[in-house]
Amino acid sequence: MKYDKSVKSLLAVIAVAASLLLTACSASNETPNGTPPVSDTGTPKVSGTLNLGGSSAQTAAQTTWRAGFQDANAAANVNYDPVGSGAGRTGFADGAYAMAGTDDAFKISDIASSDFKLCVAGTGIVELPVYISPIAVAYNLPGVTNLNLDAATTAGIFAGAITKWNDPAIVALNAGTTLPELTITAVHRSDKSGTTGNFTDYLSDAAASVWTFGRSETWPESLGGEAAEKTQGMRQAIEAANGAIGYLDASQASGLGMARLMVRGNAVAPVAEAAAKALAGSQLEPGRDDADLVFDINRVPTDASAYPLIMVSYLVACQQYQDGTTAELVKAYVSHVVSREGQAAAAGDAGSVSLWEDAALQRRVGEAAASIR
Amino acid sequence: MRIARKRRIADRGFTIALACCGLLALIPLISVVWTTASRGLRRLDWDFFTQSMRGITGAGGGALHAITGTLLITFAATLIAVPIAIGTALWLVEYAAGSTSPVIRALARTVRAVIDVMAGIPSIVAGLFMYAVIAVTVGPGYRSGLAGAMALVIIMVPVVERSGEEVLARVPSELHEAALALGVPKWRMILKVVLPTALPGLVSTLLLGVSRIIGETAPLLLVAGFTDSMNYDLTDGRMVSLPVYVYSQWQNKGVDAAAYDDRAWTAALVLLAGVVLLHGLARLVVRRRNQTR
Amino acid sequence: MSDVLPPSEAGQVGARRLDALHLLTLSAALATLLLLGGVVVFLGIEGAPALSGTSENLPAGASSIWALAWPLLYGSVWASFLAILLAVPVGVGVAVFAVFMARGALGRWLGTAIDVLAAVPSVVYGLWGLAVIAPRAVPVYEWLSTRLGWIPFFAGTPSTTGRTILTAALVLAVMILPIVSSVSREAIRLVPSSSTEGAQALGATRWEMIRTVVLPEARSGIVAGVMLALGRALGETMAVAMVLSPKPFLVSLRLLTSENPGTVAAYIAQNYPEAHGLEVNALIWLGLLLFAVTFAVSFLARAIVRRSGGGSR
Repeated sequence: MKYDKSVKSLLAVIAVAASLLLTACSASNETPNGTPPVSDTGTPKVSGTLNLGGSSAQTAAQTTWRAGFQDANAAANVNYDPVGSGAGRTGFADGAYAMAGTDDAFKISDIASSDFKLCVAGTGIVELPVYISPIAVAYNLPGVTNLNLDAATTAGIFAGAITKWNDPAIVALNAGTTLPELTITAVHRSDKSGTTGNFTDYLSDAAASVWTFGRSETWPESLGGEAAEKTQGMRQAIEAANGAIGYLDASQASGLGMARLMVRGNAVAPVAEAAAKALAGSQLEPGRDDADLVFDINRVPTDASAYPLIMVSYLVACQQYQDGTTAELVKAYVSHVVSREGQAAAAGDAGSVSLWEDAALQRRVGEAAASIR
Repeated sequence: MRIARKRRIADRGFTIALACCGLLALIPLISVVWTTASRGLRRLDWDFFTQSMRGITGAGGGALHAITGTLLITFAATLIAVPIAIGTALWLVEYAAGSTSPVIRALARTVRAVIDVMAGIPSIVAGLFMYAVIAVTVGPGYRSGLAGAMALVIIMVPVVERSGEEVLARVPSELHEAALALGVPKWRMILKVVLPTALPGLVSTLLLGVSRIIGETAPLLLVAGFTDSMNYDLTDGRMVSLPVYVYSQWQNKGVDAAAYDDRAWTAALVLLAGVVLLHGLARLVVRRRNQTR
Repeated sequence: MSDVLPPSEAGQVGARRLDALHLLTLSAALATLLLLGGVVVFLGIEGAPALSGTSENLPAGASSIWALAWPLLYGSVWASFLAILLAVPVGVGVAVFAVFMARGALGRWLGTAIDVLAAVPSVVYGLWGLAVIAPRAVPVYEWLSTRLGWIPFFAGTPSTTGRTILTAALVLAVMILPIVSSVSREAIRLVPSSSTEGAQALGATRWEMIRTVVLPEARSGIVAGVMLALGRALGETMAVAMVLSPKPFLVSLRLLTSENPGTVAAYIAQNYPEAHGLEVNALIWLGLLLFAVTFAVSFLARAIVRRSGGGSR
């Protein structure tokens, strides 16, 4: 039976090819675990595995931090699961993750009622604002390179009250710019996201009379408009339509027009320095531990050069770990994350804002990071 | 002969309409392939096949971890689904169809209905099912390649069963009769006559099943998770497949967005090329069989 | 199959004790039953808590799981129906073309090309829909809206991005085309040549032969293909999530506006990553409902096939 042979030889070829691929290959950019630490420099090396998880917004930044950390500590292994903020917090409380990344900090009541499995009972937790990113109000309006908006006008546009680009409210903010009589296509996120949460938080704080829908991570269902999936869907939708406007992480908005937001009569662009100033000018939420640095972001800054539409994502750790090895690894990793190099690398690769843009902010976070035991 | 002329015109018009259907179907297909190929060629280099994404933050990196993940998950799903599917098809065709027992006939009807229902299960529901199984048994945080493979089994079984049944039913009945007339027991007849005769058809059935599941994204995203590193262990830890890789490269871009886009398209191209290869092999098998008969 | 053995012998086989292979294959058949049972049971266990949900803990502040579910189920069925409407005539046409007209290399090539496209990951279809279809659809939608706006389907302000339910249905149609055409092709190929040759011997033109003999005889196979395709369309997640601009709780017939009903599968995929607590249960319950819909659809289709005297399946 010849065909029988041909089938058999085919299966044999597939089996051999598969086994070759699976055994002989290891990725050339990966080093096998357990390589002894090279001690050619003075800094102490750590070893072991850390599993982190949480916010998907931190994915790119975490990749950068892990790469830098693992380069310096060849025997250390850090994983980050972008499972979402809520799952990250639950995982941290349950002890599945040594640290969590989250767009929403733990509520004070949650901290009191939670039993954090990895932490020494009663020592509390450390929350560090390690990932700061300005959210751009991006638009597609050929010929218009500069656009100023204030919170009330932005709220009007996204609530559907302002429908044309040459609406008097927009024209008043943009003297000297010719705005077309074009319908505005306001794009929002169709998925649940921290970006939407921060955007609606900004609108409800800075333009409470126009934006009556409050803060919500899912778009208010009573509003209409164009919806797009995730950051890249948002970008695609804005690019697609003449007259579109939307909100997305500023690092992903390059090539689109980015509106300046009016702060105390001053038009501020979504750049790193202005974003850092907004966080530095915000108050810590009262009633929290010293190292629990959760900010109540001030969307109406007193500093006229601060950009208030920012997103802050936290790294959560125990104040004191039960396990000494874990504590050592966490300490080493966190100090890399908040270091000048770590923050600069994330700024370069993920487009976040370095904590070092603001000296006071950096010092505060550095102290909290050093207090982990 | 006016009627005859009318009929001829109708026939001509019908032929043209059908040719238009063919063209209409080809336009989007060509467009998809062209877009994938032209954008995918940019990163079709050595690194793409030898590197994972571990520690890669901008340009560079590859999809070796996703390629092995796809192979492992697909292999595991096939290993589980095919015996179930082909076994069911054999039972329906060789045992249930000839039976006079009302119990067996009712069971066969139920099995057929179940297969029909399974064929309609949306893939994301298969993913949710595995998520629910995990949540009930080991706790909601567990992710593994095997869980992804199990979700794909749900999708693969009805596809392979249906076309396997067609293939088995087409084995000429004279072969059965000749073997049984010689006093060969039925199980021997099936193993020695039916299966070898149907083998090429069954292989292309298998490949049909594989190409149905190899492009699945949603269920794997739910239960196999995402990682940027190599993982050979199906039972433990996150495992990424090519479609999930495409999605995450497109969705979670860094500052150097073009590098992520290029990797996404190249991975899609590799997947497409793999499927073309599979189909080529299937054709080869069928042709060999036809030549030697 | 059943006509392999004369009745007396068939009785003997049935009476004979079960051999090992019979047991093995029977257990495979039972395993498929078990798989389906497992799907229902586990989705039920994990989904049921959502039934007690309130606007406090359900996604999007829905007052109950049903308030969330109905519009999404409508959207799923509506989008899939449109996709089927677009894909089935073309898919069956291609199948007939491949079997009767493009014999030889062209037919084989066409068949393979279409089969391969069944394996293109849905993510790629999503990217393609966004990059290629949506922008080209905008002027068409504007034209439809100005000329035919009085038809309810085309009413409303047309979308400026082209990300409407009609675009989603178009992308879905392309995705299910390979399934419809490959299953129909097999069904048409299985029509005995004695029937087709008989029709032609009676002087029928090719069109008449296909209309009166081939399509009726292949009908059950074609319907099976459509059912498979419908399952794929109802469950298609990523492509729809990427292409469609949905509005929660909306039920609408309009095809061209920015505000479209969402679909269950896309809703699950979009909200799953950030969901926790009861929201996850709600998403699983939505999955179970979607499954129930596909179940009902396939049941209906079987009934239709059986009543119209189609094949045994």
